[in-house]
Amino acid sequence: MSNRNYNRSKDKLFKYWGIACTSFGLILLAIFIGNIIIEGIGRINWDFLTNLPSRRPGKAGIYTAMLGSVWILCLTAIIAFPLGVASAIYLEEYGNKSRLNNLLEINISNLAGVPSIIYGLLGLEVFVRIFGLGGSVLAGAMTLSLLILPIIIVATREAIKAVPKSIKEASFAMGATKWQTIWNQILPASFGGILTGVILALSRAVGEAAPLIVVGALAYVPFAPSSPMDEFTVMPIQIFNWVSRPQHGFSINASAAIIVLLTITFLMNGIAVYFRNKWQKKVKW
Amino acid sequence: MEAILNEQREAATKKVDRQVKLQAKNIDVFYSHFKALKNINLDIYENSVTAFIGPSGCGKSTFLRLFNRMNDYVEGFSMNGSILIDDKNIYDSKLVIEDLRKEVGMVFQKPNPFPKTIFENVAYGLKIQGIKDKNFIEERVVNSLQKVALFDEVKDDLNKSALALSGGQQQRLCIARTLAVEPSVILMDEPTSALDPIATAKIEELVYQLKEQYTIVMVTHNMQQASRVSDNTAFFYMGEMIEVGKTKNIFTKPENERTENYITGRFG
Repeated sequence: MSNRNYNRSKDKLFKYWGIACTSFGLILLAIFIGNIIIEGIGRINWDFLTNLPSRRPGKAGIYTAMLGSVWILCLTAIIAFPLGVASAIYLEEYGNKSRLNNLLEINISNLAGVPSIIYGLLGLEVFVRIFGLGGSVLAGAMTLSLLILPIIIVATREAIKAVPKSIKEASFAMGATKWQTIWNQILPASFGGILTGVILALSRAVGEAAPLIVVGALAYVPFAPSSPMDEFTVMPIQIFNWVSRPQHGFSINASAAIIVLLTITFLMNGIAVYFRNKWQKKVKW
Repeated sequence: MEAILNEQREAATKKVDRQVKLQAKNIDVFYSHFKALKNINLDIYENSVTAFIGPSGCGKSTFLRLFNRMNDYVEGFSMNGSILIDDKNIYDSKLVIEDLRKEVGMVFQKPNPFPKTIFENVAYGLKIQGIKDKNFIEERVVNSLQKVALFDEVKDDLNKSALALSGGQQQRLCIARTLAVEPSVILMDEPTSALDPIATAKIEELVYQLKEQYTIVMVTHNMQQASRVSDNTAFFYMGEMIEVGKTKNIFTKPENERTENYITGRFG
């Protein structure tokens, strides 16, 4: 009897310990976001979104950084999506269990853990110097593409793995080739998961500052980029720059910019969740 | 009723001049080092139903999957011997595997319709062959659904998801999907094991009709089913084919003791 009570109280204890652990992170995050919102929300207005950078905090805006981020985001998506999905399809469907493929797989998982600054150095050497792209949007997007490729590949592989084997078998048994099976069955059935992975990877890319600083993104760019070869800056770099200035006005600007950046990230995650739910509803086994 | 069925069955088995459709010669199958099938020789006749019976893991599904080369995807699979369809070796290196599978259709254990509409499911085989003629495809889809007696049940819902159908309907849809590409052989891997008795009866009736036009090979765990629908039965045990013959003979006077023990339910 007492043993049972002991086990039950242990059960309860763990439950409350779990709740405490979960709320610890969330509360800290809430305090942080709350602080930022209190400081920065008043600064967000149309002018802030459309003004160019300035030496005076009251006149400075995030227009160039925001457009730079949008440029980077679009180019990164265009580069990383086909590369990542194709690699994942190869590894999951075509690659056999050879030693080379095992090596590739282990390396891809490892790459996901490489610090982003290292990717920046790689981008600097390969894209900026050897390819001669300079500190352009394209060089930045290519660097970020490398950074998020492992994430996209892993997510896509998981999504492909989740497609029941019976569907694949049925398609093969109908006389479909591998590619026909991938195109007609596997990709439509796993697209929700792939999309989720890609969007989450992109929302990581949009928050990166370190690799882009190395590649040569500038803190002060007076013009918004209008082609892939233009110089650029992005929002995290702009925030970093403002935070490091002594004037209090810039710290308010930084808070406001963080709110904008967070909103973009939350929106992207929201879109990812929406697509996942929509596709999961459509594809039920 | 019973008598008429028996008579029909007898008439069917009396056609002695039947062509050999499928031939397995000296088949050994290995999964890495495990020998899954040991020296199997079997002739399967055109327009007949051949049932493979035996306890789980005896190799009957492996054997069935040799006929449309589905084992090719299994890791560590290797084999000796040859499988002939109309006297052509399907393990010939020059054979195009997609062509083989248009000739040899397959129905699986669990109904596995594609997560698409009913129409798209049946039209899939034609679509991947590159057929674009809409009238032709529609005609073939309707025709195939009629053959499996599903058309009247779904004719207003052709554009609805196939996953909304009941299990039995899904399995008939899978058979229709196979028929749409006009194979000559249909392999069935325990086609009713996931279905209720009524749906099972419908599939069995269908199999009985389909053998007029197709050669059917069927794996089943259900002894009654084997005795009801098949003309010939092969009993597998531990990777060997113990006995093969007319279903009536296997079930009434089996030659091998192990066959008798299995069909009377003493093991397995």
